[in-house]
Amino acid sequence: MITAPAPAALWDVERIRRDFPALHQRVHGKPLVYLDNAATSQKPQVVIDALAAYYSLENSNVHRGVHLLSERATQAYEDARARVQRFLGAASAGEIVFVRGTTEGINLVAASYGRRWIGAGDEVIISAIEHHSNIVPWQILCEEKGAVLRVIPVDDAGDLRLDEYARLLGARTKLVAVAHISNALGTINPVKRMIEMAHRQGVPVLIDGAQAAPHVRVDVRELDCDFYVFSGHKTLGPTGIGVLYGKTEWLERMPPYQGGGDMIASVTFEKTTYNALPYKFEAGTPHIAGVIGLGVALDYLSGLGLDRVAAYEQELLVHGTAALRAVPGVRIIGTAREKASVLSFVVDGVHAHDVGTVLDHAGIAVRAGHHCAMPVMQRFGVPATVRASLAFYNTREELDALGAGLGEVREIFG
Amino acid sequence: MSELRELYQQVILDHNRKPRNFRKLERANRTAEGYNPLCGDQVRVYLEVDGGVIRDITFEGSGCAISKAAASMMTASLKGKTVAEAEELFGRFHAMLTASGNGAPVELGKLAVFSGVCEFPSRIKCATLPWHTVHAALAGTGEPVSTE
Repeated sequence: MITAPAPAALWDVERIRRDFPALHQRVHGKPLVYLDNAATSQKPQVVIDALAAYYSLENSNVHRGVHLLSERATQAYEDARARVQRFLGAASAGEIVFVRGTTEGINLVAASYGRRWIGAGDEVIISAIEHHSNIVPWQILCEEKGAVLRVIPVDDAGDLRLDEYARLLGARTKLVAVAHISNALGTINPVKRMIEMAHRQGVPVLIDGAQAAPHVRVDVRELDCDFYVFSGHKTLGPTGIGVLYGKTEWLERMPPYQGGGDMIASVTFEKTTYNALPYKFEAGTPHIAGVIGLGVALDYLSGLGLDRVAAYEQELLVHGTAALRAVPGVRIIGTAREKASVLSFVVDGVHAHDVGTVLDHAGIAVRAGHHCAMPVMQRFGVPATVRASLAFYNTREELDALGAGLGEVREIFG
Repeated sequence: MSELRELYQQVILDHNRKPRNFRKLERANRTAEGYNPLCGDQVRVYLEVDGGVIRDITFEGSGCAISKAAASMMTASLKGKTVAEAEELFGRFHAMLTASGNGAPVELGKLAVFSGVCEFPSRIKCATLPWHTVHAALAGTGEPVSTE
């Protein structure tokens, strides 16, 4: 029997790194170690080239012109939509709505679905480990409608309490909105099971996939989620572009989010008829270049293979966890059973912000702060954490550099 | 490393480890809270002002070494000063950090150890947060101060 080689052996990280120009620079005189991927990913050259090519050769408005450039731009734009559809395993291209990012996708559902189906006394369930963008839109909605926000608690490891979730689900629940992967802790939530539990009560589910799309294979039909949102810029694509996937049965019945051009079939002062899906939700000239760049980014990611990406990142996580545990005084926050490549930690007696500054001077880019998840910080009793978030182009040597950098932190703050 | 040492001078590290006047002031007749949402630094200052003079000043809160040391050294330097002198010192301290002093040497005494902070743009707010908070306490707005 031939045993399969370890994923790292198959993963030519040096070759992959050559695709990312931003990785090859020095900061403060040191080679850049980019460990802030949960904030935003670096971009492969093919994405950068696609943006330049669009603006150089195809720039034109979509769905409007009779001229050749507009036809080309429209074709490239819709071709990218088909790429996103494939990436998510969606049933049709009409279920793919382009938005500015995860935040706007969630706000769209809160405004549109919420306006139609959530009323006084109804309940929306989120979890204790959400990003602010999956908390505040629901708070605003609940306040406006007199609805109630319910929160699934989290245990000390960072795993959601599914027993409590089962108790929260009830006749008043109108929607569940949870992260696929927590940005602050790295917890991979058991979303398939959570969706099943909600559906048994007839409750639709929105999944915030901002941290999942770049790291694990997502199949919206296998998950059976009603909505899935993610951001282009965390997924190797440009900033300012994101995706809302929605099941046709919901999108058809939901009122428009914004009114304007492109989202209409006909307009008179008496009555406006809305355009078909997905255009009903895409008012105004969209971020055409961003969409095209995102399509290229997703193809690049699929070309690497999400399962292989996930396997390699798990190895990095194991290596990084060991490197952190070897530094005295370092405590990892978030030790869930299923974890993505996020290392959130505190250093005994040293504030996260100071750790971040010292690491920056060692060339290491991390995030220090509350990670737009202040309730998570409160739950774990820390004002802030340092977060090293890894991507498939990171190396074990970079994680060793992180360990060494933390040694310097200890030296300075003694 | 030298720039880092310039930032984290021994005096600053010492005040971070053993902050002076780090307690609630029961007799305070002015207080305000400051918050830096970017990094979570949070400080509350307490002042006892009598006849235009800061008789006593203390602080509480959590934050990075820079903000904690800045608050600690600020309380030490403001005790006994008049309100006008305190505002003037804040102006000079702010000028040193933001280089709006046009490079002219600023008389700041011990507070000059914070001059290295201006090389770290993301940390300037850490150093000025306690001062903004004192300013708010003296102005008596009662509104929490935010650096954003």
